[in-house]
Amino acid sequence: MSEAKKFNFIGQRTIRPDGHDKVTGKANYAADLSLPGMIWGKILRSPHAHAKILKLDTSRAEAMSGVMSVATFDDLPSVSNEAIQSGEGAIDSLDLGRNVLARDKVLYHGHAIAAIAAKTVAIAEKALELIDVEYEVLTPVLDLHAAMKADAPLLHEDMFTQGYPEQPEKPSNIAARHELKMGDVEAGFAEADVIVERDFVTPTVHQGYIEPHACTVSYNTEGQSMVWCSTQGHFDVRASTAKLLAMPLGNLKVIASEIGGGFGGKTTVYLEPIALILSRKSGRPVKMMMDRDEVFRASGPASAARLTVKVGGKKDGTITAMQTSIAYEAGAFKGSPAMIGGMTAFTPYNCPNVYCETFDVVVNKPKVAAYRAPGAPQAEFGAEMAVSELAEKLGIDPVDLRLQNAAKEGTQTVYGPKLKAVGLVECLEAAKNSPHYKTELKEGEGRGIASGFWFNIGGQSSVTINMNPDGTGTIVEGSPDIGGSRASMQMMASEELGIPLNDLKPIIGDTESIPYNQSTGGSRTTFATGMAVIEAAQDVVHQLKERAASLWNVTPDQVEWRDGSAINTAGEGQMTCAEICAKCEKTGGQISGTGNVNARGAGPSFAVHVCDTKVDMETGKVDVIRYTAIQDAGKAIHPSYVEGQFQGGAAQGIGWALNEEYVYNDDGVMENAGFLDYRIPLASDLPMIDTIIVEVPNNFHPYGVRGVGESGIIPPLAAVGYSVGDAIGANVSELPCSPPRVLKLIQEKG
Amino acid sequence: MAVVDYQAPQSIEDAIGILQKTDIKSKVMAGGTDLIIQTKSQTADPVRVVDLKHIDGMMSYTLDDGGMSLGPAMSCAEFTTLDDVKAVYPGLSESAYLIGSTQVQGRASIGGNLCNASPAADTIPALIANGAQCVIEGNNGERVVAVEDFVTGVAQNCMASDELLKRISMPRPAPGTSDAYLRFIPRTEMDIAVAGAGVSVTLDSSGKCTAARVAIGAVAVTALLVREAAEALIGTAVDEQALDAAAAAASAAAKPITDRRGTAEYRTHVVGVLVKRAAKIAAERARGVK
Repeated sequence: MSEAKKFNFIGQRTIRPDGHDKVTGKANYAADLSLPGMIWGKILRSPHAHAKILKLDTSRAEAMSGVMSVATFDDLPSVSNEAIQSGEGAIDSLDLGRNVLARDKVLYHGHAIAAIAAKTVAIAEKALELIDVEYEVLTPVLDLHAAMKADAPLLHEDMFTQGYPEQPEKPSNIAARHELKMGDVEAGFAEADVIVERDFVTPTVHQGYIEPHACTVSYNTEGQSMVWCSTQGHFDVRASTAKLLAMPLGNLKVIASEIGGGFGGKTTVYLEPIALILSRKSGRPVKMMMDRDEVFRASGPASAARLTVKVGGKKDGTITAMQTSIAYEAGAFKGSPAMIGGMTAFTPYNCPNVYCETFDVVVNKPKVAAYRAPGAPQAEFGAEMAVSELAEKLGIDPVDLRLQNAAKEGTQTVYGPKLKAVGLVECLEAAKNSPHYKTELKEGEGRGIASGFWFNIGGQSSVTINMNPDGTGTIVEGSPDIGGSRASMQMMASEELGIPLNDLKPIIGDTESIPYNQSTGGSRTTFATGMAVIEAAQDVVHQLKERAASLWNVTPDQVEWRDGSAINTAGEGQMTCAEICAKCEKTGGQISGTGNVNARGAGPSFAVHVCDTKVDMETGKVDVIRYTAIQDAGKAIHPSYVEGQFQGGAAQGIGWALNEEYVYNDDGVMENAGFLDYRIPLASDLPMIDTIIVEVPNNFHPYGVRGVGESGIIPPLAAVGYSVGDAIGANVSELPCSPPRVLKLIQEKG
Repeated sequence: MAVVDYQAPQSIEDAIGILQKTDIKSKVMAGGTDLIIQTKSQTADPVRVVDLKHIDGMMSYTLDDGGMSLGPAMSCAEFTTLDDVKAVYPGLSESAYLIGSTQVQGRASIGGNLCNASPAADTIPALIANGAQCVIEGNNGERVVAVEDFVTGVAQNCMASDELLKRISMPRPAPGTSDAYLRFIPRTEMDIAVAGAGVSVTLDSSGKCTAARVAIGAVAVTALLVREAAEALIGTAVDEQALDAAAAAASAAAKPITDRRGTAEYRTHVVGVLVKRAAKIAAERARGVK
């Protein structure tokens, strides 16, 4: 895309098509479907963080009046170790099965052991008490230090660390070690005039989506079974559930309900396979809903991490070497985003000498799931804190240091490819020129700057646009809308077709009404599904021109499509989309366009955040007083929702930096499993998050789009962390910057 | 618990009559913001809910030269709009404004907050600072208990199962008196106090403190009246030195626990900071009171 394209719809702030139903309460979420004859499923969860299951006897529960069916791991048809596509990466299906229902061992407090379906919730809950379980309680492994010790209790006796040339002799809680390197870091550090080396710690945090997991399912021995649930990827729910139940994909229809937040956390299954087993065994539809404390204890949070970061620079501001070692908690089963941490940590920098070592470590906590740019916030937190400190020690403005060393088109990444056109320099310049950065700090205030890098992905999307006889149409897509994407799809289709937005209704089709779509994740939807929408709309335009040509008795290439109408260039005549659609019966039947893509060339989105804080020096309480989020959108289809993504990412990142953390007791029981004590920021806790949209087009998308959903959560950790340190005159090394921790730093510095 | 009966008596006598029934357990309800959540707990014990809001005087107040007489079930939303009360007891009004959200304040009441007896209740230190008394009615007549003696433990108060909190009364403060309540939470709202402090001070015309009451919350099983902290203020101009001494006395009196909301060490420190700040605000207000 060389010259700026002129748009009719793209870039406007239109009213979202799903908005009315949401604000009037008409939208149907996961817990909103009830079916005739439906019964209720509840789960028995482990009271121990680590224990062997010596005996599991459900007979007394099964005998209780009103109990319709019981499920345990034995009801999952043999699950193989074959990796299946689930969520944002291939995960081991045995692990998936064992996470859904424990086998032999419970690995975290709240781990599901068995489930009961009964005529009422009360009966199901009572029946859970009649399940007899005998445990051999084992010592829980609750943090990375404990887990990585040579003599640590093992979660999995058969797990050997992957990533060494030879398999180690002894099993370990370290599932894998990854190494990424380029250049020669030793030589780079030898060149440096200043070296910063620090340790950092980040806590376990939850995505905090407001809608708990829930589903309503109906198993059908003849024909098709149905799952209704809240998910970011109903095709992946189908794949995982069908795999665990050994069903052909075609026998399972999954309908994605309206979704009340996902942020990566709704890319896997917890309840759906269990509910389907309960339905299969009872012959009844089954509904299951998690309570909030179950969501915290037993769905996937984001990894806690420990890092060591070392960066070196010359007096002239050249960064000569960057090195890190990061350990990520995976929870009970392997599969933390450790490797991604190594790939992202230093990518904002054009530095020839980089070394990243990462560890994927199991602990007795819930298995982690994706959370907005999974793995990147932890790694880039340490990297950005160290770079800011380096700037301070070199006496260089932190934005200038970043500009001088900024990654740009052609920069070699540590993970392989060279970057294509990216907008980091433009974001940094926008930061420098922002009213915020020009605002002088008052006594007692602190400032932090941080960059963030996220790859973004493309992948498989399929879209059908079905035209109606009156010229209106339905855009059937398969990407659950977690951030306003239906509005963007509508705008892109209108742009191509030239017909009003409201003539096109975007819907999320179920798994049988549209081909496979990857889940909504990796900031892929507006980019990849958007490409499929454009392709489908172009297909419709092509057919409309053909139909018009046949009505005019000219060839299709003599017809032009302009502003929603066919123009006969060989003679007189113009026909609107509605007029052509009205005559479809005479020209060969109805019109539908398809777009099936496996989109390549997702453009990375860089972000730069500026944060000012003020700290109450007597209580350690941090107030964020000014905040600006700057990010490259390539091309903002709907600027309000792009800004919303920047602000949402910033708000979640600020929460991660300030008060959010899982608090465990010594037995591995989470003590703050509710929104009262798991403190996500409230609206009144945050200032207006100012935004600046930078647009450096991604040449691999027809309009220049880059995904924007994830990068925004990366910079806040260091922007807030460094700002707090600046305000109090001490080094912040551990998140969250909760009042007791900040007060301790203040008291320690005296 | 399972609610199997609901009664809304029109008089104190009727209410006590119902409370004396022994067939099933009775639970007294004002706004219900704590009780309704408790009814959703797992146990299926049958209970009768006795709603007090239809009893004359339960939802109203009087304020005159003798002081305030407050109907315990008046909603915090209503209470915090009473400008005459706010002028005399601004700290108490602020404490009621901190409970829950706007929606919750539409039902939550000061009497309910007091009887529920959470160690972190916001209105209790503010009531104690103002010398509030609980007027309790039972089968054997009326008795009066100071708020600091009313709460006896976590979720426990001194009333028998057939007694009712009929009224909360507090004296009209002496001239030159005002109060303040502050709590610490890591966020701005919708949270539960990590520590709280209610302070009332009386200043003479020269600005010298002649009387003071200091109460602290969320740092022991019950809110505490800290006489040592008050004594640190009395006789001073409520200057920095006196404020530091009051803070130290409050920290010394605190007996907090470590839990998910804060460590004992942190609470001990912060309650002193709150006492200092609340005393400063109360003194500033007192200087403006004739």
